[in-house]
Amino acid sequence: MRLQIDGQEVAAQQGMTVLEAARRAGIEIPTLCHHEELEPYGGCRLCIVEIEDRGRTKMVVSCVYLAADGLVVRTRSEKIDRIRRTILELLMAHAPDAFELQKLAEEYGAQRDRFEKEPMFCIHCGLCVRYCAEVKQKFAVGFIDRGIRKEISFIPEIAARECEQCKACFPLCPTSYLQAAYVLTRSLAPRAGEAG
Amino acid sequence: MDIARVDQIIDKYEAEPSSLIQVLLEIQAENNWLPAEALERISEKLQVPLARIQHIATFYKAFSLVPKGRHRIHICMGTACHVRGATRILDTVQELTGIQPGETDLELKFSLETVNCLGCCALGPVMEVDGETHGKMTTAGIEDVLKSYE
Amino acid sequence: MPLINSPAELEAFRKKILAGRDPDKPCITLCSGSACHASGSRSVAAAIAAELDRQGLREQVDIRLTGCHGFCEQGPIIVIYPEKICYFQIKPDDVPEIVERTVREKEVIDRLLCTDPEINEKVIHESDIPFYKYQERLVFGSNGSIDPKSIDDYLAIGGYAALAKSLFEMNAEQVLAEVKKSNLRGRGGGGFPAGIKWEGSRNAPDETKYVIVNADEGDPGAYMDRSLLEGNPHAILEGLTIGAYAIGAHEGYIYVRQEYPLAVENVTLAIARAEEYGLLGENILGSGFDFRVIVHRGAGAFVCGESTALMTALEGRVGEPRPKYIRSNIRGLWNRPSVLNNVETWANVPLIINKGADWFTQYGTETSKGTKIFSLVGKINNTGLVEVPMGTPLRDIIDKIGGGIPGGRKFKAVQTGGPSGGCIPEEMLDLPVGFDELTQAGSMMGSGGMIVMDENTCMVDVARYFIEFLTDESCGKCVPCREGLRQMLKILTRITRGEGREGDIELLETLSETAREASLCALGKSAPNPFLSTLRYFREEYEAHIRDKRCPALSCKALISFYIHPDKCRACMICARKCPAGAIDGGKNKIHIIDQDKCTRCGTCYEVCPPRFGAVTRLSGEPVPAPVPEDARVIRKKKKKNE
Repeated sequence: MRLQIDGQEVAAQQGMTVLEAARRAGIEIPTLCHHEELEPYGGCRLCIVEIEDRGRTKMVVSCVYLAADGLVVRTRSEKIDRIRRTILELLMAHAPDAFELQKLAEEYGAQRDRFEKEPMFCIHCGLCVRYCAEVKQKFAVGFIDRGIRKEISFIPEIAARECEQCKACFPLCPTSYLQAAYVLTRSLAPRAGEAG
Repeated sequence: MDIARVDQIIDKYEAEPSSLIQVLLEIQAENNWLPAEALERISEKLQVPLARIQHIATFYKAFSLVPKGRHRIHICMGTACHVRGATRILDTVQELTGIQPGETDLELKFSLETVNCLGCCALGPVMEVDGETHGKMTTAGIEDVLKSYE
Repeated sequence: MPLINSPAELEAFRKKILAGRDPDKPCITLCSGSACHASGSRSVAAAIAAELDRQGLREQVDIRLTGCHGFCEQGPIIVIYPEKICYFQIKPDDVPEIVERTVREKEVIDRLLCTDPEINEKVIHESDIPFYKYQERLVFGSNGSIDPKSIDDYLAIGGYAALAKSLFEMNAEQVLAEVKKSNLRGRGGGGFPAGIKWEGSRNAPDETKYVIVNADEGDPGAYMDRSLLEGNPHAILEGLTIGAYAIGAHEGYIYVRQEYPLAVENVTLAIARAEEYGLLGENILGSGFDFRVIVHRGAGAFVCGESTALMTALEGRVGEPRPKYIRSNIRGLWNRPSVLNNVETWANVPLIINKGADWFTQYGTETSKGTKIFSLVGKINNTGLVEVPMGTPLRDIIDKIGGGIPGGRKFKAVQTGGPSGGCIPEEMLDLPVGFDELTQAGSMMGSGGMIVMDENTCMVDVARYFIEFLTDESCGKCVPCREGLRQMLKILTRITRGEGREGDIELLETLSETAREASLCALGKSAPNPFLSTLRYFREEYEAHIRDKRCPALSCKALISFYIHPDKCRACMICARKCPAGAIDGGKNKIHIIDQDKCTRCGTCYEVCPPRFGAVTRLSGEPVPAPVPEDARVIRKKKKKNE
């Protein structure tokens, strides 16, 4: 099938997302929570694009939205840029010095201190939780609670067993909060072999 | 709570993974909280990862991972009660009991929760203690109501 | 072997029930919905049973515990048949007199009647009371006639005739066509045409399909679905079965909040009864159509009222919504075609089948057909559940049915649509109530919550309240909602604390745009609505808070001071005694003064000062006057004029 991205005609196969089709054609769309080995998550909303659907403009996240024949996509516009900038500023309230955020902030003109800081560092990209669940299938780390109280949490017993030799999720964390959470969990947990 | 009872409840739902929330609701209702051993047992028998159960037990407000007090205070914070002054009722209850919503006092006497609409809007603002509804609450009247509970 | 195996047997059974009931036999009905329970209807019920026993009238007089009557402000409510005499605010002590005088002697007890404020006369029959007179209770009206625990009561009023008609006189396509023709739009908030939703599922190429009842009524202040499910569960079951037949589903789910134990109880019982009678389960009424219903309890999450989150919860997972790029009527529960509709939507279906789409469409407006049940609550005299045809002006609902604002205070706004909706101000009260009309005014129909606010309500605080609600209820998956609401709450809280800054409104607007455009689900997308609508109609309140550090409604604690007017204080000492902070200094005949440093602004003094003095006032945006000097604090008795 063929779709149009930023005026450029792009070929795509059935089942591909707009993001995949764009990347294939060398068109850059920023992402934070996306990972090749994981199911699309649609959490950060950074990959948001405008599409024309039966004469109406809609905003959709390209990592989830399926490419369709004749679809018209715009990856940059004033509105898209403004929304991406706001998303970055919201995340920088938690992790102002994260490298990936800084890099994108420069491109979109996002201001580090626009919003009141809450230095929790975790930006809820979910990469650690999803990688451990989908690829390693150990479920050593998960989310708890919801809304503004949502956090990641290691299961101490599983972490004690599995993580020391694994740590495959560590390089995925954009803010290094994951490593800090792991260290805290291990330091509070009883040593392996001790009664719990 | 003994494990045999947990097993009974799980078996009632035929250990279906999708019945997880219903199983937890029954254990919560009987035991007043969800002990770690129960969650581990459920993880084993329903074949659901403990991390997922932990998320569910903290995501849904019906569940508690810690024991609750003898008396449960629910302050309705629904819009109708809010407009009739529920926030002041909550503030006063917090002052008198020394705990905040979600907490239980050290003597395990009172647990305080806010709820979003008990459906008794005609009686707003509403404070429910142990399922008993106290309607048309005033800040002045709270102390007397709380004193009546041992 | 089920009791009823064909439409003919159903009608015969129905005739038998009616023949066994004497319409002239006295019957005391008592409203036993959850709200009336809270008002003490259980003890009234016990008193009635005891009194009838005492007077040896148990055989001669029926008792029927019905569902919610709707006039919750005046509960518990008793209606005595066959005269249909209606009594309000009944206490157990009233019961002996009611049995003696009204049931026995057919006498009306004046003090228990409702007074009609329009003509200042006592009104005897429910249908003459203004609260009920201006309603059109097509769906809700049955609540008063049936005991929800009795399937026979439902059959007696014509129940399950629509199901029989659908299964035997119509085919599935015809049922679908009738619902499409009626233009029934979802009553849960979305307002999506039910018939079109059903059609999508019907045409989806999948053997397994589901129908789902959304009874996760989460909007604070809305309890229509609860009263419907508690009071008339069979109506929902019948509608659901008809829907299942229309789309080809054989399994249905009712997702009920666990905070509604009576609704769970009554609908579970109704399912069991319907199965016994052959009206649910295998081979319904001998038609060959199988359909079973499972009750699933929610566990306390507002977001599970969102349809995709609800389906995720049914699958035993956390209630995280899914993107709606592929609609859930094509790929929903377990990725199968699923029709999810609200309780009230399902309850309308039997009516549409029985009386026809043409009958249904005579009610309402061009684009919003039928009636809608609203929960009229807040600063209103007649709190309760009201059902009116779409197109009824808001003003009529608030004044004619609601009886206006208590305490003679001034109407300020009515909030509709819950946390996804907005506030409608006084100048827009002639707006006819309807899906598109409310949306254009910056609000929405939502599930039907209608919260009335008066001059004492701070609109900035209303916005802050809803955002706070949503920061807790948000699933937390996507950034625009989780983080956007987090920051919106911080900003709005600062504003109500007198720490607002220039630029705050613009920042809130930016966050609103991000949430509306980029959120994962409708919760996030509609979260900014309460803020945007209050900004649209009450911008001056925001500006007063930010620029003048003043709360025009005299409500925001941090921006108000309580002051005892020295000219009005009669030193009665009530406020001094009741003050929880010990901040009031005063004594007998000594004018009371509030120590502003100790005052916690709880408002108790304002509440308890006797109305004839009215000495406690609230100030905002102006300094508290200096306390009167000590020697001026003594109240001298007033000398008579001619002394």
